[in-house]
Amino acid sequence: MIQVKNLTMPQGSVYGLVGPNGAGKSTLIRHLTGIYRPDSGSITIDGQPVWENAALKARIAAIPDDWYYFNTASIRDMMRFYRGFYPRFSQERYEKLRDIFRLDEKRPIRRLSKGMQKQAAFWLSLSAMPDCLILDEPVDGLDPVMRRQVWSLVMGDVSERGTTVLVSSHNLRELEDVCDHVGILDHGKVLLERSLAQLQDNMVKLQVVFPDGITEVPAEIPVLHASKIGRIHTLILRMNADEATALLAQYQPLLVDAVPLTLEEIFIYELGGADYAVKDIVL
Amino acid sequence: MLTLNYRDSRPIYEQIKDGLRRMVVSGALAPDEKLPSVRALATQLSINPNTIQRSYNELEAEGLIYSVPGKGSFVSPDRSADLRRRLELTEKFREIAAELRYLGVGQEELLALVKEVADR
Repeated sequence: MIQVKNLTMPQGSVYGLVGPNGAGKSTLIRHLTGIYRPDSGSITIDGQPVWENAALKARIAAIPDDWYYFNTASIRDMMRFYRGFYPRFSQERYEKLRDIFRLDEKRPIRRLSKGMQKQAAFWLSLSAMPDCLILDEPVDGLDPVMRRQVWSLVMGDVSERGTTVLVSSHNLRELEDVCDHVGILDHGKVLLERSLAQLQDNMVKLQVVFPDGITEVPAEIPVLHASKIGRIHTLILRMNADEATALLAQYQPLLVDAVPLTLEEIFIYELGGADYAVKDIVL
Repeated sequence: MLTLNYRDSRPIYEQIKDGLRRMVVSGALAPDEKLPSVRALATQLSINPNTIQRSYNELEAEGLIYSVPGKGSFVSPDRSADLRRRLELTEKFREIAAELRYLGVGQEELLALVKEVADR
C-alpha cells in the first residue's frame, strides 16, 4: 500500500522520483498513468482525474519498465497504433527521429534487444507530442551515447514545449543533470519533496580543523553526521554553506571548507534519518 | 566550448557558471556578444533548462551578463559590476600567495609574478 499526500509536479518541470527498492515508485507511476485505481484520494493532471479519462490520457505518454507492444508487432505497426490513439501524433517528428534511432521498422519488436526496445518506446512516445511524459527507469539498457541522445531530446521538449516529465531512477548522478524537482519515496510515503536548488542549499558538507583544545565537535552544532580523520572533522549540517561557515567561525577554526553535496549524498543522509543506511555486515 | 565534468563534485549550475565566466574572462565571449540560448545549451549538454536558467540568473545578478527580453542573454560590457566576486577572489589570491610563501617562493619572485600578470 502506498500513501501519498500532496505530491505535486509543477508544469514544465522535470520531477525525479527516487527511493529504495520497494518504496512504491512503480506503483505510484501505475496510478499516475491510470492503470491502478486509488483506494481513496485522487490523482489529477491539470485538475482532471486520470482514471478512465481517455481525453487526458491522449496527452500523456509513458514508458514503463516493461513497455507493452503487441506480440508480433513491428515498430511500424506500433506507430500506427500510437497514431490512432494520440490525436497529436506527429508523423513529421516520427520521420525525423528515424535518423536518430536507426532501428529496423519492419522487424518484430520482440526480436529487438532490450536497449533497442527502449529506443523504440522513446521514438513512439516522443512522436506522440505528449504534454506529460512519465518514465520508469527510462535509460536502463541504453548505451552511453543513446542515453545522452535521449536526454537531449527530452530536455529539448521541456524547454521548447514545456513538457512535464516524471522520471523514476536509481541513477542519482543522472537525475541531478536532468531534474529540477526531486521527491524521495520511502515505505510508500513521500519523505521529502523539494526543488533541486532548495535541496542543494539546504545541506552542506564541511571540512573543519578546530584549534588546539577542541578535540570534539562542540555539542551546540546540530550535526546530521560527523566523521573524523586525523584532525579533520567532516560534518554534514542541515543549513546552507554561508550559515554553516558563520556558525563555525566562533570557534576560530584553522580551516573551514564547505563542499557541496551530490544528490546521492543528500539521498543517503536524508534516508539515514529514516533508519536506512549501508550496514557494515561482514559475511 | 562548455564542458561538464561528471566527476566534479560541484553542482552542475556552478560548473556552467564557472565555464561561462571563464569564457568571458578569457575573451572567448566578447562584450555584448550573445550567449547560447538556454534551449541550445539544454539540448547540447543534456541538462535541465531550469538548471541552466539558474546559472544565467546568478551570472546576471553578479553583473557579468545582462538579458534582453525576447532576445536572450549577452555579455555585460561593464567589468566593475561585481564587488562580491572581487572580494572573494582577493581572498583566494591571499591564500594562494601565502601558500607560495610557505613553499619557499621569495618575496621578489612573488612580486615579479604579480607584476607580470598586472602588465598583461
